[in-house]
Amino acid sequence: MEEKTLFELSSVYRKNMRIKGYIFGNGEHSACIVGATRGNEVQQVYICSRLVNILEQLERKGKICSGKSIMVVPSVNSYSMNIGKRFWSTDNTDINRMFPGYDLGETTQRIADGLFRNVNDYKYGIQFASFYMQGSFIPHVRMMKTGLEDIELAKDFGLPYVFRRDVRPYDTTTLNYNWQIWETKAFSVYTDATDTINTDTAAEAVNAVLSFLKKQGIIEYNCHEGYISKLIEGHELVNVKTGTAGFFIRRAEVNSRVNQGDLLAEIVDPYSGRTIDKILSPVNGIVFFHAAQPVIYAHTPLYRIIPTDDLI
Amino acid sequence: MVQTIAAIGLPIDETLMIQKNRLIPKSGVTDSKKRISIVTGTHGDELEGQYVCYELQRRINENYDCLTGTVDIYPALNPLGIDSITRGIPGFDLDMNRLFPGSENGSMPEYIASKIVNELKGSTAVIDIHASNIFLREIPQVRINELSRDTLVPLAKKLNVDYIWVHSSATVLESTLAYSLNVIGTPTLVVEMGVGMRITKEYGDQLVDGIFALMKELGIWSGEVIEPKQPIISEDGEVSFINATKSGVFVPSVEHWKNVKKGDHIGDILNPLTGEINEKINAETDGIVFTLREYPIVSEGSLIARILA
Repeated sequence: MEEKTLFELSSVYRKNMRIKGYIFGNGEHSACIVGATRGNEVQQVYICSRLVNILEQLERKGKICSGKSIMVVPSVNSYSMNIGKRFWSTDNTDINRMFPGYDLGETTQRIADGLFRNVNDYKYGIQFASFYMQGSFIPHVRMMKTGLEDIELAKDFGLPYVFRRDVRPYDTTTLNYNWQIWETKAFSVYTDATDTINTDTAAEAVNAVLSFLKKQGIIEYNCHEGYISKLIEGHELVNVKTGTAGFFIRRAEVNSRVNQGDLLAEIVDPYSGRTIDKILSPVNGIVFFHAAQPVIYAHTPLYRIIPTDDLI
Repeated sequence: MVQTIAAIGLPIDETLMIQKNRLIPKSGVTDSKKRISIVTGTHGDELEGQYVCYELQRRINENYDCLTGTVDIYPALNPLGIDSITRGIPGFDLDMNRLFPGSENGSMPEYIASKIVNELKGSTAVIDIHASNIFLREIPQVRINELSRDTLVPLAKKLNVDYIWVHSSATVLESTLAYSLNVIGTPTLVVEMGVGMRITKEYGDQLVDGIFALMKELGIWSGEVIEPKQPIISEDGEVSFINATKSGVFVPSVEHWKNVKKGDHIGDILNPLTGEINEKINAETDGIVFTLREYPIVSEGSLIARILA
């Protein structure tokens, strides 16, 4: 294993921030795995740390395939994580909205550039990303419909679902999008946690990445190869919103099967304790996402459901 | 007449309201359908527009008979942000000006964004007032996407600003309020002036003078107005950026909106621990400093100044 500092940012008030890469094997730049770009993406760093640990063991056993190299970058934003902030520590900008970066630009553009110039020639790019709302997902590979996405390859992660959605204007400055433009096959992997550590879903994500690397002939590794992934398009999901604000009492969890009319959640008046709204499932299906805030605004999407034709 | 254009329940005994005040001509003055919309407060730390909203109404009320069209004033598109000194939308940490045109069926911020676009659509002109951020001081200027240059530059010239910056198009900017409105045929001018978390009364008065001049041009005001300044108009290639290459404490040695010559001393980045100068910053071109660092602490890459050649 080689530890390499990819980028360093000086500060008068703090130790320099370093973006570190951990490199395994030699030769072709085969796969790059990036963890946290935001300061609250603790689970993402944890997953990377597990990968570094396992890849180091595999390298010692000679199981990184000849002529292949893998780099893991656990964190791009340690400054923010160390002070408990999601976005950049001083100006609150989002590094994952600054790609491909600019070496003469503003601070977070320079950080993005410092990472991107080190990772833009990898064949495969994997990012552990997070959603802007608190919530849990079924672990999945997320892709943008750029025309460059490779759905069949995404299924090699063996996660239950590959989720594809349309590109929005702000997506064009993300790492994933720019990887694709630079001809890296890029994937975002989501688990059910961000600012907490869930060791079970982290292990699932680690296994998915190792399974993917094995199928691409980058490592030798016998593992459970996971699921035959199902593709879901963004427009296929059924969004369930609340029209009412209050306490959000969840009655259905991620990955649970629900029938039309089943109770998904109750909205409770915070002062009287009365149930003021009951959120019912509009379809038969599987809970793909649920919000996790204890109190919610009106118009908040609470659930996203994969509709199914279950007649059971 | 104060109207609520969007209302969203908050969890504990509160409702978030996006409001506008609509000023219409006195009965019998006109049947004009002309409407100007003044919007501000998208970013909760930008306050310059708050004074403009007040002052514009104060002057209209002093000469209400001169009002010949509708004036809609939206002082706070992100009221929770303004109230909590938060640039983005509290609770989501989202930049509201990257959510437009929004979605009726989307999350709370997207829903509000869609309501705002729906309300502003069809205005004869929209003025979207911003105040840079807490880091930079800007002279009063209008920023125009090159795609809307032909429609917007003539309107911007009436606004009594010092500078019109026609900038190149970028995909990421397609999520802004101005882009979303311009693309559906509602002319929208983005004003940047002053600095975040402060009010520069002189700039506010200057812009209000300009808004009246534009209102007169559009047939919304019949009273006396000033002759607007002749703004400098430039494109991207004429603007040079100075970014810090070292971190520290920036102390300027030039004044904002003053001419500098190549090699002139712009300021120093100081090290308060060692007493050394980490970086001496000099102008790399002749020009006028239209953006100047206001917040002293800088990191590598922090924008120090923009100079118009």
